[in-house]
Amino acid sequence: MDKVTTPLTRRGFLGAVGALGGAAALAACGGSSKPPGSGGATGSAAAGKTYSGPAVKLAFWNGWTGGDQPFAKQMVDQFNAQNKGKIQVQMNVSQWADFFQKLPAAVQSGNGPDVAVMHIDDIPTQAAQQVIVPLDAIASALGFTASMFAPAVWNGGMYKGKRYGIPIDVHDLGLYYNKDLFDKAGISSPPTDENSYMDACDKLKSKGIQGSWVSPFQFTGAFMFMSLLWQYGGDLYNSDVSKATWDSEAGMKALNFMLSLITKGYSPKNVAQDADFNALQAGKNALNWQGIWQVPTVRGLKSTKIEFAPLPKIGPKGGVWGNSHQFVLPRNGSSDPNKQAAARFFIRWFTEREAEWAKSAKVPAETKLQKSSAFTQGLSYLKPFAEEVPDVHFPPSVAGIGDATQKLYDAIQAAVLGKSSAQAALSNSAKSATSILAANKKKYG
Amino acid sequence: MATTVAEARPAHGGAGRPANKPVPKHGRATPYLFLVPYLVLFLGFIAIPAIYGIWISLHDYDYLLPNQPWNGLANYTQLFTSTGRDAADFWHSMEATGIFTLCSVPFLVTLPLGVALIINRKFPGRTFFRAAFFAPYVLGVAVVGLLFRFLLSPRGGVVNGYLNDIGIHSNPPWITQLPWAWISLVAMTVWWTLGFNAIIYLAGLQDISPELYEAADIDGAGSWQKFRNVTLPGLRPVLLFVLTLTILASANMFGQAFLVTNGAPANQTRTAIMEIANVGLKQYRQGAAAAMSYILAIVLILISLVNFRLFRTNQDT
Repeated sequence: MDKVTTPLTRRGFLGAVGALGGAAALAACGGSSKPPGSGGATGSAAAGKTYSGPAVKLAFWNGWTGGDQPFAKQMVDQFNAQNKGKIQVQMNVSQWADFFQKLPAAVQSGNGPDVAVMHIDDIPTQAAQQVIVPLDAIASALGFTASMFAPAVWNGGMYKGKRYGIPIDVHDLGLYYNKDLFDKAGISSPPTDENSYMDACDKLKSKGIQGSWVSPFQFTGAFMFMSLLWQYGGDLYNSDVSKATWDSEAGMKALNFMLSLITKGYSPKNVAQDADFNALQAGKNALNWQGIWQVPTVRGLKSTKIEFAPLPKIGPKGGVWGNSHQFVLPRNGSSDPNKQAAARFFIRWFTEREAEWAKSAKVPAETKLQKSSAFTQGLSYLKPFAEEVPDVHFPPSVAGIGDATQKLYDAIQAAVLGKSSAQAALSNSAKSATSILAANKKKYG
Repeated sequence: MATTVAEARPAHGGAGRPANKPVPKHGRATPYLFLVPYLVLFLGFIAIPAIYGIWISLHDYDYLLPNQPWNGLANYTQLFTSTGRDAADFWHSMEATGIFTLCSVPFLVTLPLGVALIINRKFPGRTFFRAAFFAPYVLGVAVVGLLFRFLLSPRGGVVNGYLNDIGIHSNPPWITQLPWAWISLVAMTVWWTLGFNAIIYLAGLQDISPELYEAADIDGAGSWQKFRNVTLPGLRPVLLFVLTLTILASANMFGQAFLVTNGAPANQTRTAIMEIANVGLKQYRQGAAAAMSYILAIVLILISLVNFRLFRTNQDT
């Protein structure tokens, strides 16, 4: 780490390869990077209510593949029809994993989109790398204030005191339960705490059903762990995010709860990716801590009846894993004010229709829209997920946080698959995550 | 141009030219001019990136950040320290790469030879079979990967569906557990690339002079002896080529594992190239990723050298 003790210095290296030539010249052209463009951030006070400029095309990128896509396309089509001859939004969808390789490269080469969507926990990394620009001015021009959202949703779009994201939705974990199996085992209502949860599992077991399958994967085993961790009063990181703290007592309780479901015979041992959810649909699993995004899948089932409830409070506090889609503005090569105005108009138009977007199984980000009749009546089955929003936790707004949290996902997998003891998995992974935090701090500042 | 001029000059009338010196048939630059198109591509896409990569590997490099801090050899040393950030993941991925290479290369070297021997014979429909064995190689890795994901999916996959039909209900977890995942990856790679090696062998077989077989017949050699003493020695240079190429291709395996198992279970099928892509493109640490690439490259160079050495000694004795 210490530069003085590094045996090979930059100067020494350059001298050594001087004969090869080229390298120095390459380095000189390789390191160039434009300062963060203000493109779009310094918009006028135009509140995005109208657009009166010339006809423009907006490139809109997101990772809404799968179930989200038809709803997003429908809304974009509707927008384009309403704004014919003025603004045409061209949506480009790629898998999230590819999205974060494509977007930075496109932005860097000046070919980035005009508007994009990303998850709340990706915002800090992309902001630190200047892939996206601050949009405080736009947020206030559009009239968004803290009081309109749950604190976690509003604060999650911030990085280093500046706003980079405008919230669109919240998607959180809920309890999915198989009503047919509940009826068979004589369980009248979904469990709400540890006692009723264990009681339900016992009743199911007596009918020969393994009632609560534990997934070893990020989706959704690690999300279950995080929810439990918060419920037991723990957290992923300490307050200044310099240390991973999931190896705390709360973390042990959380993981032991999950492991006890296996040892008590409520879950098979080696659950494959999504096998817990597939078993729920097939009538082999009764309880599943699952993301709201799977709601359309199970509502489409004819033969099985699956219902939703808020996550049970296994620990003393409320704690629910969640995430949020947010609008971001990529750093553009061009700073066409007309496009910026059109982008504001589009963001306003879309966020006003969050309740419509919620049909793709999301909770609207704005509290007011969560209470709107379009959502509470039109999409009443999503109510349990909306009720939990005050308990939802997001990852901290720190650049590169995903690299550190990945260590937790690996640890949960190792522990649930029985490849490592709970204690060793948690403390080793927390240790390496802490050193990643330090490296990230040095890198991103 | 230079060639025409040189040839037009009368051979005997060259002023001051010693009579015994042959007339140049072309200008000095001609061979190099012919090489220029390839050289441009080689420099632009191989040599310069390879050198520039060394420079990258000596920095805490993130192409999106304004500064790339100098890191000295830290990206390399951390790979050889047990507490290094990437050490455990990188060496696990190298191990996975090694396992895949060890398991796939024997099949990819021997099976295509057998296929080549068969389709080298004269029988009706030979052309069809030659095309049939080569056909999978024409498909891109994305097509093959997707295809096998549908075939091998533990639940709802075609393979387990047929196994159920014939009374095997154990539903092997083809792509989620070991050793099944390796069996699947090796099998699909063999199916996919077998045709390529077979074609190379076929060309090698057709290069062996028929007189040698005739002579062996006259000496009363059986078919095994002919294979052992005529075919194999005749194929030696081709074997070396196939072996080297196959080892390199297997060690660079990426698409199959990326698309079919995505590293499952617990990153145990995550190959070195996947890990390098993960660190460089997902974690935005191109410096560490470049350092890993050089370690992988050095290992592969060493293996190839050993290869060449083994085959050379065989030839000398």
